[in-house]
Amino acid sequence: MNKQTPALLIRLWHSLWTTLRHAWAKRETVSYPEIKRPLPGRWRGRIVLTRDPDGEERCVACYLCSAVCPVDCIHLQATQRDDGRRYPETFRIDFSRCIFCGFCEEACPTLAIQLTPDFEMCEQSHGELVYEKEQLLVEGQGKHPSYNFYRHAGIAITGKAIGEGVGDTPPVDHDTNLP
Amino acid sequence: MSFTLWLLTFASMVLVLLGLLLIGAILSYGERRILALLQDRLGPNRAGPFGLLQPVADILKLISKEDFIPPFADRIVYTVAPIIVPMTVLISFAVVPVSEDEWLADLNIALLYVLALSSLRVYGVMLGGWASNSKYSLLGGLRSAAQMISYELPMGLALVGVVMLSGSFSLREIVAAQELPFIVLQPLGFIIFLVCGIAETNRLPFDLPEAENELAAGYNTEYGGIRFAFFYLGEYLGVLLIAALVTVLFLGGWHGPWLPGVVWFALKTLTLILLFFWLRTSLPRLRYDQLMDLGWKLMLPAALLNLLVTAVLGLFWMRG
Ligand code: SF4
Ligand code: SF4
Repeated sequence: MNKQTPALLIRLWHSLWTTLRHAWAKRETVSYPEIKRPLPGRWRGRIVLTRDPDGEERCVACYLCSAVCPVDCIHLQATQRDDGRRYPETFRIDFSRCIFCGFCEEACPTLAIQLTPDFEMCEQSHGELVYEKEQLLVEGQGKHPSYNFYRHAGIAITGKAIGEGVGDTPPVDHDTNLP
Repeated sequence: MSFTLWLLTFASMVLVLLGLLLIGAILSYGERRILALLQDRLGPNRAGPFGLLQPVADILKLISKEDFIPPFADRIVYTVAPIIVPMTVLISFAVVPVSEDEWLADLNIALLYVLALSSLRVYGVMLGGWASNSKYSLLGGLRSAAQMISYELPMGLALVGVVMLSGSFSLREIVAAQELPFIVLQPLGFIIFLVCGIAETNRLPFDLPEAENELAAGYNTEYGGIRFAFFYLGEYLGVLLIAALVTVLFLGGWHGPWLPGVVWFALKTLTLILLFFWLRTSLPRLRYDQLMDLGWKLMLPAALLNLLVTAVLGLFWMRG
C-alpha cells in the first residue's frame, strides 16, 4: 500500500498481543449488588429534608431551591404556622427529572435540603419517582447537626423576640439616640 | 420423490434452521463473554448459570419491544430489509459440507452461489439504511455498498486459486481435494479471503456501516425490537458462515486425523470465530479512505498476483 504498511502490521500484532495478555489480568468489574463500593460522604444522591436539633422542620419555604433547580423539578407551597414559623405545606421532588446537581443544597439558606449518598431508588414507572414531603422529610439533622436557622436569624417568632437569637444584641431603642 | 422423503427433507431443514438460530444466539453470548475476557471485564453473567440464558433474555426483550416504524421511513422497504440479511446467510448454509457424508445440498456451482448470496446480503443493509430515511442510516448504507464492491472483487479473485487447484466449484469436491489444506498452497489467497470475509460481515476493523462512534448505529440506527434482532442474527450467522467457508476452502474442512470429520470442522470453525472476536477487541476501526486503500491498492493487486502465480505454477505442474 505505502511505506507505512510494515510498521502498521507490527502495531497490529502488538495490539492483538496486548488484548491477549489481558485475558489473565485482574477483572475491573465490581459485581454490584453483592459487592458495594463505599460511596464518598459527599456523594450526590437521593434528596432529603432535614430537621433542626429541636426536631422542627428546617425548611422555611423560601423557594430558593425551586428557583435554582436547572430542571425545575422541585415544587412546593409555602404556608405559616401560628407561632410565625414558615414551612412548606407541600414539598415535591420529581426524581425522574432531577439531575442530582446539588444546586438546591447550595442555595438553601437553612441547610434543610440535603443530598445523601443513596442512589438505589429504581421504580417501575415515572410516577413513583415523584417524592412527596412525607417521603422527603427525615428525622435528623443530616450533615449539619447543630444548626438551627430560627435561633440565629433575626426573625421574631413566638417565644423568641428580635434580638434574642444566638450572638444577637438587643435592638437599639431609637428614642435613646435622639438628641 | 416419495412422501416420506419429502417429510425427511423438510424435517432436516427445520432442524438445521433451528440449529443455526441456536448457534447464532450462542455466538451473541459467546462474543460478549470473550470480549469481556480480553478487556478485563466479566461480561453477561447474571441470567442463568454463567449468564448462559442471556440470549434468551435478549430475545424475549427484543420481541416484547414496541414494533415501531418511524413515520418518515419507507414502510415496505424498511420492513423487508432486515429479513434479507439473515435470510441470505441462512440459505447459504445449504451448500456448506459439514462432514464427508453430511451436507444439505451439493450444488456444482456452490461457490458461485455463496458469493452471489453474500452480495445479495448487502442489499439488506443498504436498503435498510436507505429506507430509514435518516442521515446516519443513509451514510451507513452507502458505506456498506462501497465496502462490498471493494471487497467482493479480491474475495472472488482469491477463490479462483482454490477453484484452479481443486478443479471444481462444488464445496464438497473442494474439500475432498484438500488432503493437504489449501492454506499451505494458497497462503496469500487465505489471508485475502479472511480479510475480505471480515469486511463482508461488517465486523471490526471493517464495521464502517455501523460505526457507533460516528454514525450512531449506522444502517440500523432507526431499527428496534425484532427487526434489529434480525440484523444482529444476520451478523452473527455471517460470522459463522465466513468461518465455515474459510474452513471449507482453505483449512481442509472435515479432514483431520483421529477425530470424526464433524468435530474437525467444528473445531476449525470455532477457532476462526474466536479469531474474529479477538480481532474485534484488539483493532481500531479503519478510516474510510484507509478501507478503500486497503481494498483497491493492496487486496486487489495481491489477489491478482496470487491468481497469476497459481495459474503459472499450475500450468508448469500440469505440463511436467
Ligand atoms: S439536585 Fe439539582 S436537579 Fe435535583 S432537585 Fe436539586 S437543584 Fe434540582
Ligand atoms: S431553599 Fe431550603 S428553605 Fe428554601 S424552600 Fe428550599 S429547602 Fe426550603
